[in-house]
Amino acid sequence: MSRILEVENLRVDIPLESGTLHAVRDISFHVDKGETLCIVGESGCGKSLTSLALMGLLPTKAIRTANRLSLGGRDLKTLNETQMADIRGSRMAMIFQEPMTSLNPAYTIGNQLAEAMLRHRKVNPNEARERAIYLLEKVGITAAASRLGQYPHQLSGGLRQRVMIAMALMCGPDMILADEPTTALDVTIQAQILHLLANLQKEFEMGLVLITHDLGIVARVAHRVAVMYAGQIVEEGTVEDIFRRPMHPYTQGLLRCIPIPGKTARGAHLGSIPGMVPSLIGDLKGCAFANRCPHAFSDCNTTDVALRDASGGQRYRCLLSQEAATQNAREAATA
Amino acid sequence: MAVTSTTIPTMDAIVGPSPGQRLRKRVFGHRGVMIGGIILLVMVLMALFAPLIAPHDPYTQSLANRLVPPVWHETGSWTHPLGTDQLGRDYLSRVIYGVRISLFIGISVAFVSAIIGSAMGLAAGYFGGRVDLVVTFLITCRLSMPVILVALAVVALIGSSLTVVVSVLGLLLWDRFAVVMRSATMQVRALDYVASARAAGCSNARIVFSEILPNVMNPLIVVATLEIANAVLLEAALSFLGLGVQPPLPSWGLMISEGKDYLLFDPWLITIPGLMLFVLLLAINLMGDGMRDVTAPENRN
Amino acid sequence: MLVYTAKRLVLALLVAFTISVLSFSLLFLAGDPAAAIAGETATDQEIERIRTMFGFDRPIWLQYLEWVSRAIQGDFGRSYYFGMPVTELILSRIPVTLTLAGSAMAFALVVGIPMGVIAALYPNSIIDRIALTIAVCGQALPSFWFALMLIVLFGFMIPILPPSGSDSWQHFILPTIVLGYYATPSLMRLTRTGMLEVLSADYIRTARAKGLFPRTVLFKHALRNAVIPVVSVAAVEFGFMLGGSIVIETVFALHGTGYLAWESIRRADFPTVQALILVFSLFYVVLTFVSDLLNAWLDPRIRVA
Ligand SMILES: Nc1ncnc2c1ncn2[C@@H]1O[C@H](COP(=O)(O)OP(=O)(O)OP(=O)(O)O)[C@@H](O)[C@H]1O
Ligand code: SF4
Ligand SMILES: [Mg+2]
Repeated sequence: MSRILEVENLRVDIPLESGTLHAVRDISFHVDKGETLCIVGESGCGKSLTSLALMGLLPTKAIRTANRLSLGGRDLKTLNETQMADIRGSRMAMIFQEPMTSLNPAYTIGNQLAEAMLRHRKVNPNEARERAIYLLEKVGITAAASRLGQYPHQLSGGLRQRVMIAMALMCGPDMILADEPTTALDVTIQAQILHLLANLQKEFEMGLVLITHDLGIVARVAHRVAVMYAGQIVEEGTVEDIFRRPMHPYTQGLLRCIPIPGKTARGAHLGSIPGMVPSLIGDLKGCAFANRCPHAFSDCNTTDVALRDASGGQRYRCLLSQEAATQNAREAATA
Repeated sequence: MAVTSTTIPTMDAIVGPSPGQRLRKRVFGHRGVMIGGIILLVMVLMALFAPLIAPHDPYTQSLANRLVPPVWHETGSWTHPLGTDQLGRDYLSRVIYGVRISLFIGISVAFVSAIIGSAMGLAAGYFGGRVDLVVTFLITCRLSMPVILVALAVVALIGSSLTVVVSVLGLLLWDRFAVVMRSATMQVRALDYVASARAAGCSNARIVFSEILPNVMNPLIVVATLEIANAVLLEAALSFLGLGVQPPLPSWGLMISEGKDYLLFDPWLITIPGLMLFVLLLAINLMGDGMRDVTAPENRN
Repeated sequence: MLVYTAKRLVLALLVAFTISVLSFSLLFLAGDPAAAIAGETATDQEIERIRTMFGFDRPIWLQYLEWVSRAIQGDFGRSYYFGMPVTELILSRIPVTLTLAGSAMAFALVVGIPMGVIAALYPNSIIDRIALTIAVCGQALPSFWFALMLIVLFGFMIPILPPSGSDSWQHFILPTIVLGYYATPSLMRLTRTGMLEVLSADYIRTARAKGLFPRTVLFKHALRNAVIPVVSVAAVEFGFMLGGSIVIETVFALHGTGYLAWESIRRADFPTVQALILVFSLFYVVLTFVSDLLNAWLDPRIRVA
């Protein structure tokens, strides 16, 4: 397996009037060729900023730091804006949450599909057009050639998101980042789009980072899962391990909110865990999850918690031993 | 469920300063409003106490003392700090009395047009449908008529005087009031409490005056401020063209018009009233723009 | 688009009709136009003679119908003062006004749009502040006074430009600046807010995510959408400029329609004043009509509905 994306100690800080907001705190992960990594977590835990940080599209005031940030062996940290732009849309593409507003209303679909390819590859408009038609068909749009002349407002949300996917694929990227690509769509269309994405990813052997709230989808398409909480990755592992043996109390809480695997309803959302997310401004002391954790004990408020390894490459950020955590997982599953 | 104390936000973080406090802070923290407000205050005091401040009578002519230059010229003197005009009237006194005319016209025109425009805008926004169509049509018609041309023509026909200028401009400048009030009313009307007031069977008049009007006051005040500036500017232009306020009233526009024959050798005759006009307009605009920022900070930039 | 055009056209015609009624009846505001023409020293008999001569004794609606049906054919009667057909008179003056308003508009666009764009790209920067200051001052500057100051400065103190008249292109420079400066602030502010809004739009993020060059993002994706509202305001401003030309042309003694308006108003030349009010208003109506269409054409959401 070849590593496509490697991230080590990525941080995103946003200076605000009331202090620095540490939105992403030292997260590390990697994605292999043909692999899907799902990032799940509550709203505001830093998922979008993580993906934007990888693309170099953070808001101007946000500061990105990382020990390692590489795409296909190329160090992204040292690239300037122009070099980064050479990579965006070419080697790494992104699909956004809002299909309704993510396309420019003033230009045709064809125009917007072709422009990335005309920018990055030595092709003429005709070749770009051919590729656009090919990809529109790939993403399941009928009468592709005639769609090229249409404007975004003439398409439904589902169709627009398919167009966005085709647009991301135009240059044949190694890596796709999809930030909640289906949240704005109807439930039935959500599943279609995600399956489409998963199939295309398999077919083109790309790496895929899929940010989602939908655990049903995670179970179906992910190879590995990273659970984020308050800017940190609190647990990471293969999809089987995470679902069968969640070590972190937060993951256990998330999973308790969905019914038994197999009967998981399509579009089941993360349930709510009582309590409030800590403020991301300033440093955290102890475990970030301590105020909501059912297993918290006194050390949790004082000791900083590092990610620890469990068997099978699974990692979790909790003071509880592997045995205790496994025990909790079992209880949680039977509860 | 273990709850630790470290992450519970303080009362202040949740409630924050009261809306009143915040508004005050924004008003006093806003440079435009402060500068505009101070200048405006000075102008208003000048207008109110003109007889006390002015060193001379603004109408007394003295043919022996014609075109005395201001004090900073070699030949100027402190008797007439800003010199005298072509009829030997003290320029400082005329400039001071001039602010009365500008402010009087600005405020009364804005008052007249606010009543006309707000009534139309409120009706259009509140009743919608055909009323809205008619009002929108009237606004379109009004916008297509060039204000200066129509005002000049009407003033020329009726004969120029302060009242005529005020009524003509008042009848012409209601368009912005109508436009803004219309959309503001539409927004407020869609709100829940208005709907519930209607459901409760309150009369239209009652809903308009007790529910809607208080809620559209902010944009109304902003437009009124900007419209005062507009009226001041138009009065000056009309007077400059000889079809506004009539001599010997010391309107700044008229003073510029009278001074333009001496523009080469006594340029202060036009510079001084022009600067006063500029400063007054600047102050009113700063107030208006600033108030828009302050009352609707979310619309800022 | 066809339905849209038709709707706009009907509206424009209705407005034109209303305005023709208004501009016609405006002159009866004074009470007795015959007395106004005759002047203050005229005897009752003279006034009576003028009344029948100009047909003021007939019912007003009849006078209106006659006036409007002639006007549609391009006949606005004879100017009392100049003694020539009003239409001819106006046509001979229009080129000056159009040149002035056109070059002033160009000035405003060339200054206002780039400044608005830069101000939006670097919000709160020095450039943004300068732009804002210019805008705020522009709103507060009485145009006739600004004109006089420029005349003193460039006509006499540093005599590089002719202070008044309309004989050469140099005569248009100062008036263009004054009239153009007047429209610059609103165009600049609108471009700035439009740009700021558009720059934070999702599709700009998409464009950047495609790795497009900054200039492509800026000009193709942002500016195109940001100028849509600017177009309609520019048209409206152009209409206002025609109105503003009355003041400017008078100060600079440019012999265009604005100057004509001032002359004929002072001389109670009713047919010319009526015609000018109608022509100016119709010009505005046509402008807004055209700008609506232009707007629709720029915005595919209206064009391809
Ligand atoms: N431009 C910004 N300025 C200030 N704070 C920001 C900004 N963008 C994001 N944040 C903050 O950073 C944190 C992480 O935001 P992010 O958008 O990454 O969350 P998310 O996990 O994607 O949430 P969601 O599921 O709602 O999309 C949030 O607390 C948010 O308030
Ligand atoms: S460290 Fe403590 S508080 Fe945090 S998740 Fe583990 S048990 Fe819960
Ligand atoms: Mg997000």
